[in-house]
Amino acid sequence: MTRQMTGAEMVVQALTDQGVDTVFGYPGGAVLPIYDAIFQQNGIRHVLVRHEQGAVHAAEGYARSTGKPGVALVTSGPGATNAVTGLTDALLDSIPIVVLTGQVPTFMIGTDGFQEADTIGITRPCTKHNWLVKDTDKLAETLHQAFHIATNGRPGPVLVDIPKDVQFATGAYTPDNQARTSRYQPRLKADLSEINALVDLIEQAERPVFYTGGGVINSGPAASQLLRELVDATGFPVTSTLMGLGAYPASGKNWLGMLGMHGLYEANMAMHDCDLMINIGARFDDRITGRLQDFSPNSKKVHIDIDPSSLNKVIRVDLPVIGDVGHVLEDVLKIWKSRGRKTRTDALPKWQAQIEEWRAIDCLKVKANENGVIRPQYALQRLEALTKDMDRYITTEVGQHQMWAAQYLGFESPNRWMTSGGLGTMGYGFPASIGVQMAHPDSLVINVAGEASWLMNMQELGTAMQYRLPVKQFILNNERLGMVRQWQQLLHGERYSQSWSEALPDFVKLAEAFGAKGILVSDPADLDDAIMEMLNHDGPVLFDCLVEKHENCFPMIPSGKPHNEMLLGDASTKDAIKTDGAVLV
Amino acid sequence: MSALRIKKGSSSHSAYDLRDPNAETIERHTLAVIVDNEAGVLARVIGLFSGRGYNIESLTVSEIDHECHLSRITVVTSGTPAIIEQINKQLSRIIPVHEVHDLTAEGPSVERELGLFKVSGTGDKRVEALRLADIFRAAVVDSTLESFTFEITGKPEKIDAFADLMRPLGLDEMARTGVAALGRGGA
Repeated sequence: MTRQMTGAEMVVQALTDQGVDTVFGYPGGAVLPIYDAIFQQNGIRHVLVRHEQGAVHAAEGYARSTGKPGVALVTSGPGATNAVTGLTDALLDSIPIVVLTGQVPTFMIGTDGFQEADTIGITRPCTKHNWLVKDTDKLAETLHQAFHIATNGRPGPVLVDIPKDVQFATGAYTPDNQARTSRYQPRLKADLSEINALVDLIEQAERPVFYTGGGVINSGPAASQLLRELVDATGFPVTSTLMGLGAYPASGKNWLGMLGMHGLYEANMAMHDCDLMINIGARFDDRITGRLQDFSPNSKKVHIDIDPSSLNKVIRVDLPVIGDVGHVLEDVLKIWKSRGRKTRTDALPKWQAQIEEWRAIDCLKVKANENGVIRPQYALQRLEALTKDMDRYITTEVGQHQMWAAQYLGFESPNRWMTSGGLGTMGYGFPASIGVQMAHPDSLVINVAGEASWLMNMQELGTAMQYRLPVKQFILNNERLGMVRQWQQLLHGERYSQSWSEALPDFVKLAEAFGAKGILVSDPADLDDAIMEMLNHDGPVLFDCLVEKHENCFPMIPSGKPHNEMLLGDASTKDAIKTDGAVLV
Repeated sequence: MSALRIKKGSSSHSAYDLRDPNAETIERHTLAVIVDNEAGVLARVIGLFSGRGYNIESLTVSEIDHECHLSRITVVTSGTPAIIEQINKQLSRIIPVHEVHDLTAEGPSVERELGLFKVSGTGDKRVEALRLADIFRAAVVDSTLESFTFEITGKPEKIDAFADLMRPLGLDEMARTGVAALGRGGA
């Protein structure tokens, strides 16, 4: 017998059936019935954010740190449009989130009603899929389908737009196991011929490199485990994109560090000079490849991806493998082992020696602090030293501090690193840290931020206070839009147009105005004590770390250049970016 | 399959193995896209083309299976082989898309378009229009003392040619449906 209930009750029931324990949201006229249903139950926690963008980023943080879909609930019109940045962010980083929006009642759609927006039209290009539900009888099934689509295949954001009359009306509840989801079943296992071909390449490679990405994380902890096994058994070096950090441990002996525009010298050189590149769940993003014509010119390239459209999109590869990373790695390991665990043991030591030579450049060497001013890299080194053994999650905003965090913090396991990679959303890190802390109440959650990014969603300090979320906001304050300033220095003749932060607040007083703790530190000698004070405080902390204002982020592959033309420091930057590179971002 | 025999740039799942994937030549392809006939599905397909900068030369859509709510979208597009391959894959990624067929790559196909032409004129021009219409097997579907409305079906090139001939004879208005296409041979 089907159960009858209102649409609003169906929302709560479907979320419960999907195992949702936390919803990030903000109420408004078009979602009042759903909020009424939430009020009358205790199973699902609702976190009241201070802006809908914050709700979606928090849901992303929750999703990335747990591997479960994150859920946000917002009202129609401005609620929905404020969610757009978060949806796009989740689309580019393949994060499974389900966003529920209220809509004006069905009979008012198209009349330019109060707080009406064409939410489906607006979010069509920034969701994996979206639905407008016009019939209460179809609501439950649609919600179950939404979770299925968000989490299967290449994960991504989905949106369900629910008109207010559909929330009020009564209908039949469709349980999860009766919802039609069978048509969307992406292929998980690759062809045996492809696996064999990949093992052939592994057995014959003289200068191999694994190039891993967010797909390893998205495939689940088992995939990271399999990657570690394959890397350590073959002894091949491994590098990762920004999105994939933690899949292979930073302390692992085959770890090259992050690659790409601000990646490590040894990682990028290995990519350029390798004879076999095995891309596992990465997508040859332009931050990674640099100049396409000169990208790793002498290698055979393998690309493992669950999304067929990623294959041969940017770089044509020799062996595309369609499948889920975990399934593919499992099969590769099985077959490689059954064929005798062969590698070119004659050639690999030479390749390793070459990599050691590159590593000896020590591209991340931090210069000493000068004139009593903290270098941002030094601040992160100290943060790493004082927190690396803790149960720690890191989020970031976007800019120089984000790259430094990726360079100087080490990640030993997956789902510990949340950063806006594809979209590069300033304002992502603070709300994401709230989502992470909700999922992991007893863990240390630090948002590495720049002062400008942090201000973009600073209103969420209210949320952190309301829910007693002890998120640590580690702000590297250079009073600049550091990355913009760096690019202006390198390719716009040092004309620093609008790239400084004027009229900054006193962050300590700002924290105190919300009832949080603020810590100001400017002297390198005080840094360790200040970090310990931050860690020991049971509550949200705004950590205002005044750093060197004109530090540039290196190494750097200038736009339009290949991997082997990296800049290692300020001395090498003169005329580094030519006009044709300047048009790239 | 030995790894060493994998040709650079070849793709084991692609229908494009026999063509040079790195070619820069622009090709015209006709795609048949079978979709759920639901609100917004056409917008998803068109949005994909505009959002990713692909060309649409012709587009037709109509329901083909009322019971299963399926529609067939026929898109004529152009691009390099790599772009065409991306279009195919991106279309396949849209959730309500059931199948994508590249009719140009899959073998010979039949393409037809229907055009309606209103041609006004008297005297010799009127007679000439009627004579040419006969040659093109166009049917007269409406007429007044000063005008004919012709209906013509055929390949797009044939309809182009007919339009060119009608222009000096008093072509007032035309409407074209865009291409509908099916692969040749049995199912």
